[in-house]
Amino acid sequence: MKPSPLAQHSTDEAAQPRMVRLIEAERARLTFSLDGAPATAREGDTILTAVLTARRYLAESAGGEDTRAGFCLMGACQECWVAVDGTRARACSTLVTAGMSVATGGHFTVG
Amino acid sequence: MADPAIAIVGAGPAGIRAAEALSRHGLSAILVDEAPKGGGQIYRQPPDSFQGPASSRYGFEARKASALHLTIKRLATAIDYRPSTLAWNVCNGRLDTLCAGRGESVVFDILVIATGAMDRMLPLPGWTLPGVYALGGAQIALKYQGCAIGQNTVFLGTGPLLYLVAYQYAKAGAKIEAVLDVNPAHAKRRALFALASSPRTLAKGIYYRASLGTHGIAVEEGVTPMGIAGTDEVRDVHYRRGSVDKSVRCDAVGLGFGLKSETQDGESTVSGVYLAGDGAGIGGADAAELWGERVGLSIAARCGRRHDASRIAKIDRRLARLARFRAGLERAFPLPLLGSTLPDDTILCRCESIRVGQVKDAIRAFDVVEMNRMKAISRVGMGRCQGRMCGHAAAELLAAETRQDLAAVGRLRGQPPIKPLPMPWPGTP
Amino acid sequence: MTGHAVTERLRVDVAIVGGGIAGCSAALHLRRRGLSVCLMEKGALGSQASGVNFGGVRQQGRHFAELPLARRSREVWGRLPELIGTDCEFVPSGHLKLARNEEDLAALERYAADAAEFGLELEMMGRKRVHDEHRWLGENVIGGSLAADDGHANPRLLTPAFGRAARAVGADLREFTPVVETERDGARFRVRCATGLEVSATSLVNTAGAWGGEIAAAFDEPVPIETIAPNMLVTEPLPSFITRAVGVCGGDVYLRQVARGNVVFGGGDGWADSSLERSRPSSETSARAIERALGLVPALQSALVIRSWSGIEGGMPDDIPVIGFSSTTPNLIHAFGFSGHGFQLGPVIGIIIDELVGTGASTSPLGAFDIGRFHGAADLRHVSAANPEQEGAKR
Repeated sequence: MKPSPLAQHSTDEAAQPRMVRLIEAERARLTFSLDGAPATAREGDTILTAVLTARRYLAESAGGEDTRAGFCLMGACQECWVAVDGTRARACSTLVTAGMSVATGGHFTVG
Repeated sequence: MADPAIAIVGAGPAGIRAAEALSRHGLSAILVDEAPKGGGQIYRQPPDSFQGPASSRYGFEARKASALHLTIKRLATAIDYRPSTLAWNVCNGRLDTLCAGRGESVVFDILVIATGAMDRMLPLPGWTLPGVYALGGAQIALKYQGCAIGQNTVFLGTGPLLYLVAYQYAKAGAKIEAVLDVNPAHAKRRALFALASSPRTLAKGIYYRASLGTHGIAVEEGVTPMGIAGTDEVRDVHYRRGSVDKSVRCDAVGLGFGLKSETQDGESTVSGVYLAGDGAGIGGADAAELWGERVGLSIAARCGRRHDASRIAKIDRRLARLARFRAGLERAFPLPLLGSTLPDDTILCRCESIRVGQVKDAIRAFDVVEMNRMKAISRVGMGRCQGRMCGHAAAELLAAETRQDLAAVGRLRGQPPIKPLPMPWPGTP
Repeated sequence: MTGHAVTERLRVDVAIVGGGIAGCSAALHLRRRGLSVCLMEKGALGSQASGVNFGGVRQQGRHFAELPLARRSREVWGRLPELIGTDCEFVPSGHLKLARNEEDLAALERYAADAAEFGLELEMMGRKRVHDEHRWLGENVIGGSLAADDGHANPRLLTPAFGRAARAVGADLREFTPVVETERDGARFRVRCATGLEVSATSLVNTAGAWGGEIAAAFDEPVPIETIAPNMLVTEPLPSFITRAVGVCGGDVYLRQVARGNVVFGGGDGWADSSLERSRPSSETSARAIERALGLVPALQSALVIRSWSGIEGGMPDDIPVIGFSSTTPNLIHAFGFSGHGFQLGPVIGIIIDELVGTGASTSPLGAFDIGRFHGAADLRHVSAANPEQEGAKR
């Protein structure tokens, strides 16, 4: 399907994060590292929630064709794998812990 | 087999009730569950930092949810309950599991597979755009994380969950742009008689639907979804109603067409393997609890334990009534045959980004008539999810292209690991 | 075996039992010769060893008896597009066989010298050069030899593509058609199938893979065939960096990276039941193969393994196949028991079968593969390979 002519980015919307906290939003804060930069999460956030309440996407698709922001949120679609502290984790089923280092942009380096 | 080794996979309504029934009869099971806390998807428990009452999370079902949570809490000391543990392979009487990076093999005589359900997905143009979520996922965002999937959400698809999730979002204060049901209102009216077999459940459904109106949310029934548009994320949902093309602006879509079993590699015909709950066939949470208990009682009987025949008869009667209700739901919310009408450039396989046209080409080029051959040739279902998301639509497409029944094209064989495992793999002590 | 009522009778020049790569290639070439052909396959074409193997298109490391066939098959690989309409994702990446100790390196050098006699040029690389040219290799690699025109291809496509080409020229390929009986019928053969099909043929070709021993036994020439099951794994797509098909001395791990980025690797054996109905990858074998793959290519650390699989293959005690005429029955031709390395050979095996049927002889030397080598030996498991350096059950 062709992109709709209405589907233009407006800067004010792009600035908003994807997910919206509605219930029990005021839990304790904790800090972690997201793609090398300091980031804030709430205690009990999954990595996916922490990332998507900070920005609008999570990572590239498995083959790098486009970006994705999670899909099933229940550990079935496998679209939200990220690198965490040197190993891998599914963002939707892993809780953020203080000081955790999360990399969404390709865990992979040669040599 | 007086004291067999019993393993249960899945600590949702079915798995917990199966473990409880076994425990009541002096049989201990190993209960393996990927989630850190029991309850399954429907009664999923939030992380500890969430303090709100169960009623805010589970609504009308709060009592059942709390009862189930209490049961697993009590059982945890009586049986071998292993939360946060992925069962990633089952072969020759052995279950390979992984917990916190540690591997362990569980040898069993009897296996109960109670792996629950997930959304039945149908692809649409644009369904891979960031902001499109499975309907069940949209619900989990709310009840597990207290979040809405976007600033302005459209719910699209069909099934009771469509109205329930929309209701829950509205109640939590989320902004809903529209609820679009692909099934027409008259399908629901025709199914009313069968649905009346569970009047309480029916009444709740009618309440959810009505309260959307109270919140001023547009509900349109009988729509044909044309696609989700946007350049690098969701911007609009396009649909047709009658002969009128319409669209609605949004930044998130909850997409779902009912539920399907989340059972990879389940072979119920293998002796000693039992399926229970939505993992065996969609019946809903109430049926899952009964089904789980029923399986537990069957195993107890098989192991020569005294069992209550009248309880079994009662469960069977209730399951039969729930089955009538389920049949009514299938009539009210039939799955549309979208798979065969998708534009060729629609992505079918999300993992491998394979488009409908590529799959059709593969089917024609190699005279493919069967699902696993289609996977081998086209790579559909070969990606990280092993066809969980696209398998149903792929089967529909193959059936339509080859003029076969859906059942005749077979289903994708799951391979270990049933979910991806990072290298290196754990040893299996 | 008379329980199956005959519902369909066919009379052909050649009946082929087994729709793997050898059988499908044979069907194509026999049909192109103008013979009528019926191929019977119990499952889908190429659903066992031919379709589930590693996908190595490798001459290097082979038993010297196989090298002339492998050389000839490599030429066929180069013209697959004109032959069957697709290259089956064949990438002539070169095959790098690695040594992890001095002894292995010496063995590679000896092999390279002998292989040159067969026209296979291998380039020896010491530690510095092999690491300079392949920066992704692990420290445990001390050298290797490169077969520049070897490579890898997609085994899921090869057999279906040969089958499609055979059908296009009029060969009758029957899938999901298990053969229940093969017997002599005067000067002809009679093949009965579970589907009710009965085929009468002048020649019978046995390309039944792991099941080939049953057919040989039906004609009074039993062979000590055993069932083997490859154990294969694949990662998620990764950035392209593994530029070669890679194996090691001893054959305990082998890997390649496909165009999409997935790394396909294997090593060791899966599990197959004795009735040859089911096969499964083994968790222990997978864990070991993963460790070895990480030793060879450390950058794979924390890559996701998304799937593993196995299939059923026939292994001979001397690790080379049976190819050639029957020793008991005229016009019966065997080509089975490829012992885990039949994929590269497959295309030429069909050509050789066609030569045998059509002219009574092959231009390739087949003496080492004669079924007669097993006669009178009750247990031939001890028969050793002529060259111990070969990689055994390496796919």
